[in-house]
Amino acid sequence: MTYLAKPKFHHPSLPKNALGYTHRDYEGSISTLCAGCGHDSISAAIIEACFELAIEPHRVAKLSGIGCSSKTPTYFLGHSHGFNSVHGRMPSVLTGANLANRELIYLGVSGDGDSASIGFGQFAHAIRRGVDMVYVVENNGVYGLTKGQFSATADRGTKSKRGVMNNDSPIDMVGIALQLGATFVARSFSGDKAQLVPLIKAAISHRGAAFIDVLSPCIAFNNHAGSTKSFDYVREHNQAVNKLDYLLGRAPIAVDYAPGTLQVVEQHDGSKLVLRKLKDEYDVSDRVAAMNFLARHAAKGQVVTGLLYVDNEPEDLHLHLATVDRSLNSLGDADLCPGAATLEKINASLR
Amino acid sequence: MESTDISAPDYFHKVVDCQWACPAHTPVPEYIRLIAAGRYGDAYMINWKSNVFPGILGRTCDRPCEPACRRGRVEKEPVAICRLKRVAADFKDDVKGRMPAPVRLKNGKRVALVGGGPASLTVARDLAPLGYDITVFDRDRKAGGMMRSQIPKFRLPDTVIDEETGYVLDLGVEFVGGRNIDSLKGLLDEGYDAVFVGSGAPRGRELDLPGHQEAQANIHIGIDWLSSVSFGHINRIGKRVIVLGGGNTAMDCCRSARRLGGEDVKVVVRSGFEEMKASPWEKEDAQHEGIPIFNYMVPKSFTHEGGRLTGVVFELVQPEFDPKGRRTLVPTGEPDLHFPCDDVLVAVGQENAFPWIERDIGLAFDKRNMPVVDPDTMASTHPKVFFGGDAAFGPKNIIWAVAHGHDAALSIHRMLSGEDVTERPLPDVTVSSQKMGIHEWSYDNEITPDRRFRVPLRDKVIALADIRTEVELGYDVKLALQEAHRCLNCDVQTVFSSSLCIECDACVDICPMDCISFTQNGDEADLRTRLKAPAPHADQALYVADGLKTGRVMVKDEDVCLHCGLCAERCPTGAWDMKKYFIEMSHAGKPCQSSRRSAA
Ligand SMILES: Cc1cc2nc3c(=O)[nH]c(=O)nc-3n(C[C@H](O)[C@H](O)[C@H](O)COP(=O)(O)OP(=O)(O)OC[C@H]3O[C@@H](n4cnc5c(N)ncnc54)[C@H](O)[C@@H]3O)c2cc1C
Ligand SMILES: Cc1ncc(C[n+]2csc(CCOP(=O)(O)OP(=O)(O)O)c2C)c(N)n1
Ligand code: SF4
Ligand code: SF4
Ligand code: SF4
Ligand SMILES: [Mg+2]
Repeated sequence: MTYLAKPKFHHPSLPKNALGYTHRDYEGSISTLCAGCGHDSISAAIIEACFELAIEPHRVAKLSGIGCSSKTPTYFLGHSHGFNSVHGRMPSVLTGANLANRELIYLGVSGDGDSASIGFGQFAHAIRRGVDMVYVVENNGVYGLTKGQFSATADRGTKSKRGVMNNDSPIDMVGIALQLGATFVARSFSGDKAQLVPLIKAAISHRGAAFIDVLSPCIAFNNHAGSTKSFDYVREHNQAVNKLDYLLGRAPIAVDYAPGTLQVVEQHDGSKLVLRKLKDEYDVSDRVAAMNFLARHAAKGQVVTGLLYVDNEPEDLHLHLATVDRSLNSLGDADLCPGAATLEKINASLR
Repeated sequence: MESTDISAPDYFHKVVDCQWACPAHTPVPEYIRLIAAGRYGDAYMINWKSNVFPGILGRTCDRPCEPACRRGRVEKEPVAICRLKRVAADFKDDVKGRMPAPVRLKNGKRVALVGGGPASLTVARDLAPLGYDITVFDRDRKAGGMMRSQIPKFRLPDTVIDEETGYVLDLGVEFVGGRNIDSLKGLLDEGYDAVFVGSGAPRGRELDLPGHQEAQANIHIGIDWLSSVSFGHINRIGKRVIVLGGGNTAMDCCRSARRLGGEDVKVVVRSGFEEMKASPWEKEDAQHEGIPIFNYMVPKSFTHEGGRLTGVVFELVQPEFDPKGRRTLVPTGEPDLHFPCDDVLVAVGQENAFPWIERDIGLAFDKRNMPVVDPDTMASTHPKVFFGGDAAFGPKNIIWAVAHGHDAALSIHRMLSGEDVTERPLPDVTVSSQKMGIHEWSYDNEITPDRRFRVPLRDKVIALADIRTEVELGYDVKLALQEAHRCLNCDVQTVFSSSLCIECDACVDICPMDCISFTQNGDEADLRTRLKAPAPHADQALYVADGLKTGRVMVKDEDVCLHCGLCAERCPTGAWDMKKYFIEMSHAGKPCQSSRRSAA
């Protein structure tokens, strides 16, 4: 919590994007989360990604549930649409909004409690229906807002801050998302913006259900020795499979990693994802191999990060339902009332 | 890059750009906070210690601090540092009781000071309390030097000069007015243990053009004319006046002429308006009083009729640049211009003159006929003679004269104490955390977005009617408070401890100015391009710290940091702290402690 207002002054030579905005223009109000919370870094990454993509703020809808993570949409994109739903219900509100107006970019922001505990079913159905959205889970292994009880993503054998052991099996949301047909699946870490920002940008450009699990240490309740969601643990066990240089007909973003082999995934809309492979055997277009790879590494206590799976011909809910290709609020009487002749035709077909 | 040694006294001093830029290193943010707190007397005394003439400087200083002010890098205009100094002087309570008491038991050493300007008076102020027997000689009757003889009264009233020269003379300093020193050898023969030469740069340059001889009754040397005006010997001038020259003297000449009967007063300069030597605010003040400034015009001759000046002929020129970027002025080819006038004031430069210093007493002069002076110690090649102010390196300004005075006093004291003059004691530095509670800081770190507040002026008609009426009214208490809030408290430093940092990025994300980066180390030129925001100003330090778990370094660009403390607020581990840095410069009387080098 900070009581100081963030000054409006900014660096005199801040770059501007195609819309003439600086990254400061994509900020929201000042965060009320604990100092050092991983979630604030994710907000900063979302700000950076939207700035770099030169997204018009009014084209974004931010939806969330309940939790520290679900509070964060207040702290970024202050000029975008927002809806703070009840606990675990963000996916259905998002699905409804998306059906009503398919012209917006949908950003679902949730926590591991919000999505893997109370909202598990909601999460599962939004993914399996292929809602065109970016679904970000800010995963800290605890219910931060309610003082640090284990969530369903906490690994078996981890210790709470008070020393209590967790004996339940964890839910790996990346594994579930892969299994339920998400067409873009990634995992990252709040402490590695060089990895996270390009992933968010790629997810925004993906026309299907894009899911990103972001490990995001809870500084107040889950950053101690014995936790597998602490800064130190994630840094020590991080196994990045690739590095994403996102391309959109623009110059690639320079990244300071040793070069590996490159893989270019051309997406349906013509945009390209340029990947630097860090693990030779890893193939981002093989869903089953990805699930195997994740399971093997999880058993060794490793945290696999990077772009884990992408389908370059994604389908989405609107396609499956053959909905009208405009937002519902733009349909006039003429679109909604097809007239007596059409009614006659329909009636005739039923006779 | 190597990790930054923040215990070096200069490191954080440079971050306080205003204080670093001030030749006397006045603790600017400290006095501005005192003004905001209504503690005008305390603010005055902090100034008095550093610069001896707060009331005078608060009206006239050349303010090298203001172009350096960080506020000027994040918005258009710097904090009005100079005019806030005046606020301390205007609203202080009686400070006589806070001045050092005259020393009754002298130490037996006698020091003679030639000239009663700011340089000499600073030497006197520093040495008198240590028990030296000080005598100041000036050919003028009262102390103050050019502050009294040159600076017009509408900018600096006599009462302020009397008060502040008085504080110095009241320390038990003997002032011998009306005595011209015509031989340095003779003065040394009077048995002084040391002599300080603070005689200024008293000679105004002439402009010997055709017609000068014939029209000389109406062609005046600017600085001579100004001192005659100051001392009341001149109180009229013709209706049409031309001032030649573009420095501050020219601005004082034209504005004085406007008050002594000049109705059509023009300033004409050879160079372009932008390159004029006068400070921007002096030009603005002149223009505000209806005085036009003509540029790119070179005076060619004076016209006259029957022994009376009738005008000046000018050649029109334009700048031309050679491949090396050097500028020359070349005639445009247009016909010459004639400006008719009744009087001309020549303000084209000032020179030193030492006819009273014998060249055979072991005091070396250089090719330009200037004494050879060490810029650190102010010592000449004569073991007993020191220089300072305009006499040392040519005309500068009051605050430089004060800075020289401090350095010379320290040298004289060390010499007469049998110590090495070249060894200089290090300044005293204290660093203290400003954290008072979880979200409480001892300083006002809410950054106000206000633009610079204007100093109220007296009505133009009234101001122009009397040359002794001060034009500026000064800030009132309310405006002063608002202006004081614009100060960014650059002396409250961001201090980083690697051992506490968990690399959570909270500080990076919150910093409004994108000052902080965590990245792989590299050499400075490379690092400057790889930070969160580019750091192109090499004169502004990068604060580098290693010792982080990931092997990266923390790099903070000091350039545009607002000292808002948000990084320290958001750091979960206290790896950032906001610490107030106070540096006290070494003046005479401070024991040498160069072995002690501590900060933070
Ligand atoms: C018109 C004008 C306006 C100025 N305005 C400003 C301003 O606004 N702000 C600013 O900071 N600076 C200003 N200056 C510059 C400033 O006045 C000088 O830089 C400063 O006063 C120099 O101080 P000093 O102690 O070296 O010598 P001075 O102030 O020049 O004092 C030298 C004194 O020595 C005396 N003296 C000289 N020789 C002898 C001798 N042989 N025997 C006895 N006495 C002697 C002189 O009478 C004089 O009183 C201005 C200068 C001029 C000419
Ligand atoms: C219906 C309902 N049940 C329980 C709660 C209490 N509650 C608030 S936040 C929260 C858990 C949030 O955990 P998570 O989504 O991981 O967010 P975090 O705070 O860890 O970011 C719970 C159980 C609630 N607000 N509403
Ligand atoms: S409780 Fe944990 S998750 Fe919530 S704001 Fe604090 S550090 Fe972040
Ligand atoms: S004080 Fe800290 S947060 Fe504020 S501008 Fe400076 S580095 Fe940034
Ligand atoms: S907020 Fe503190 S702990 Fe976090 S990166 Fe900055 S200095 Fe380190
Ligand atoms: Mg959680």
